[in-house]
Amino acid sequence: MDAIILQILNGLDKGSAYALIALGLTLIFGTLGVVNFAHGALFMIGAFCAVTMQRLLTLSFETVDPTKTDFLGKPMKIKTHYVEAWFGPDVGASLVDWAVPLSILLAIPVMLIIGYVMERGLIKHFYKRPHADQILVTFGLAIVLQEIVKHYYGANPIPTGAPAAFRGSFDFGQLLGFDPNVIIYPYWRMVYFAFAAVIIGAVFAFLQFTTFGMVVRAGMADRETVGLLGINIDRRFTIMFGLAAAVAGLAGAMYAPINSPNYHMGMDFLVLSFVVVVVGGMGSLPGAVAAGFLLGILEAFASMNEIKSILPGIDQIIIYLVAIIILLTRPRGLLGRKGVMEE
Amino acid sequence: MSKTDVTRRGMLKTGAIAGAGVALPTIFTASSASAYTNEPTGSSVTLGFNVPQTGPYADEGADELRAYQLAVEHLNGEGDGGMMNTFSSKALKGNGILGKKVEYVTGDTQTKSDAARASAKSMIEKDGAIMITGGSSSGVAVAVQGLCQEAGVIFMAGLTHSNDTTGKDKKANGYRHFFNAYMSAAALAPVLEKLYGKERRAYHLTADYTWGWTQQESIQAATEAMGWQTVNNVLTPLAQTDFSSYIAPVINSGADVLVLNHYGGNMVNSLTNAVQFGLREKQVNGKNFEIVVPLYSELMAKGAGKNIAGIVGSQNWDWKLEDEGTKAFVQSFGTKYGFPPSQAAQTCYAQTLLYADAVERAGSFDPCAVGEALVAGDSSLPGISSDSNKGFLFDGLGNGQTLYRSADHQCFKDVLVVRGAENPSDEFHLVEIVEVTPVAQVWYEPDHPMFAGGELGQCNPGA
Repeated sequence: MDAIILQILNGLDKGSAYALIALGLTLIFGTLGVVNFAHGALFMIGAFCAVTMQRLLTLSFETVDPTKTDFLGKPMKIKTHYVEAWFGPDVGASLVDWAVPLSILLAIPVMLIIGYVMERGLIKHFYKRPHADQILVTFGLAIVLQEIVKHYYGANPIPTGAPAAFRGSFDFGQLLGFDPNVIIYPYWRMVYFAFAAVIIGAVFAFLQFTTFGMVVRAGMADRETVGLLGINIDRRFTIMFGLAAAVAGLAGAMYAPINSPNYHMGMDFLVLSFVVVVVGGMGSLPGAVAAGFLLGILEAFASMNEIKSILPGIDQIIIYLVAIIILLTRPRGLLGRKGVMEE
Repeated sequence: MSKTDVTRRGMLKTGAIAGAGVALPTIFTASSASAYTNEPTGSSVTLGFNVPQTGPYADEGADELRAYQLAVEHLNGEGDGGMMNTFSSKALKGNGILGKKVEYVTGDTQTKSDAARASAKSMIEKDGAIMITGGSSSGVAVAVQGLCQEAGVIFMAGLTHSNDTTGKDKKANGYRHFFNAYMSAAALAPVLEKLYGKERRAYHLTADYTWGWTQQESIQAATEAMGWQTVNNVLTPLAQTDFSSYIAPVINSGADVLVLNHYGGNMVNSLTNAVQFGLREKQVNGKNFEIVVPLYSELMAKGAGKNIAGIVGSQNWDWKLEDEGTKAFVQSFGTKYGFPPSQAAQTCYAQTLLYADAVERAGSFDPCAVGEALVAGDSSLPGISSDSNKGFLFDGLGNGQTLYRSADHQCFKDVLVVRGAENPSDEFHLVEIVEVTPVAQVWYEPDHPMFAGGELGQCNPGA
């Protein structure tokens, strides 16, 4: 029982990332009808916003300490962070420590701008083109973005830690009446799950309870009729693209302490997130979120030794296996709408 | 009017004989012009540096490349000469190799065997590389070693730690300076017993490829021999980045030691996940939970940050050693790049110098002559009584007295047991040396069961 609870918890953080990426993918597909293969790259850029914030906060100047020597026997150069010199050692150190949460402030404007530029500069030219063309151009764009990040940040994963306050783990077992240290779960993964829940809730509330959201939903249902009513639906859809980019970016920024960001991380998530979207049902926002968590948890379960001893390698293919079964039994996915991606 | 008996058949016969006559000298010329693959004919010679520039071992690859470039500078007489000044063999003169200027080409193995073979093939066929060197993944090293054997060039393995490289997959054209998984386990086991006792239950996470398998097999055998039990061994894909689903089952497995048979980015991620799940604060079976990383490096320690503090492992070399070779190399590398070299850098630098030295001593680039020189001699390591204790004995390349054993082309030297520093004095002192294990303790015979199953075979000069 404890192992099962542990794997459910374990699946939640990965499921959160899948759900956030799939939510953005579905928003873009539902509004603009574009299959965006560059969405994983947006997640990756978000993670690198966290890296960038960490680097900005650790910018330093050097002073020479003649009393110490470096590994070559020369006087040692001591690095001091500017933020510590400006705000004092305690405040400066706290700012550096909280680099990842603070990176949200950087990620939101950066991702909105990137989303806006991507949509206006490239993707709008492919609205009326076949999905195959859209996939090709967005996949190419993803590779370009990847290579740009690789050029400036290198090919290696960059450790980006969570604030010290969230580095330990929480003993869930004791809370549920188990022995101590039986079900433990890292604080930051709990933070990530809560963060994902807030973002998903905010996106749904925005679409459900604002006039802007109502128009967007109407546009998703019948773009032509909304246009005939004199509403500039294209402008709103552009904003939705920016919003979807921001969601992916925030998901990436907060994921940085869980897995050290590297230029390829977007691709790792992209394929799985597309499976999530298809399983959830193309164009269905609740479907994307539900499938994200479902597949994240299933993947965690498949990693259990008891299951792998019966079915070796199952953890690597479980998501695809489930996708095949669901699509065979429910071709529109779990919560897919009639008419989407159908002739 | 004279009559000539020219027939069709006669014309064909004459043509065939004349053709053969014209072709014959060409066949001999071609043969004598190229006695072996990529025989250098101009004023320069090209070496092929095949390292991972992307993938989980990219950090190691970048440092390997720096070391190769430094070695080329020193071979060509530029810079301060580095370990050429301390190397016991004095064949190298700083005028290239056999008077030819050393040039190089590089390739990205991507930490994938097929990509590594493709780039090595391209360096041999298109760039005319006379020797291929590199590594950072044993899967890659074994694959490229096989290719070099077929192509007829020498392969000087870089960072490759699997027993198989000089065990069941050894090749006559392949040579390894780096230590191996068996040696790590033999050096580590007594230290682990001293630190953590004889009654321990170990859970292994193992990278699912040749290095991981042999590393796990070696450390399991060594720890079980001193009384530890093995609770489980779980294989993890090399491309895995999030190990949380592999770490979670450890918590309730009853194990009190986690052995991470991971390297590079893999190890950084798995250790980070283990620490996130609170394993280091855990108490199991009335003992503190411990993590062991059999193969260690400063680069990994840098990536893992504070998580590595107190964790024990083994290294081939460390820049803090006090011998003259190490001092010369650290001075040279540190001055050029601004930070100390990694063990990956040291082994690659040493391999390049060893190759060049063997060419000088052989007086030829012929891979068979060079190979013979690399392990030439009846010298043996003192204090080891064994018929296989024969080969090329050298010193001054950072590891003390070292034997390039002729029986399997494996180097034998002291091994370091290290530990992550609790309070590093600066960003370069992340690892502290616990013990220098003498070579006699890590010695094994070429037919040891963990290395059995392969033959060196015959040297292939190619062409």
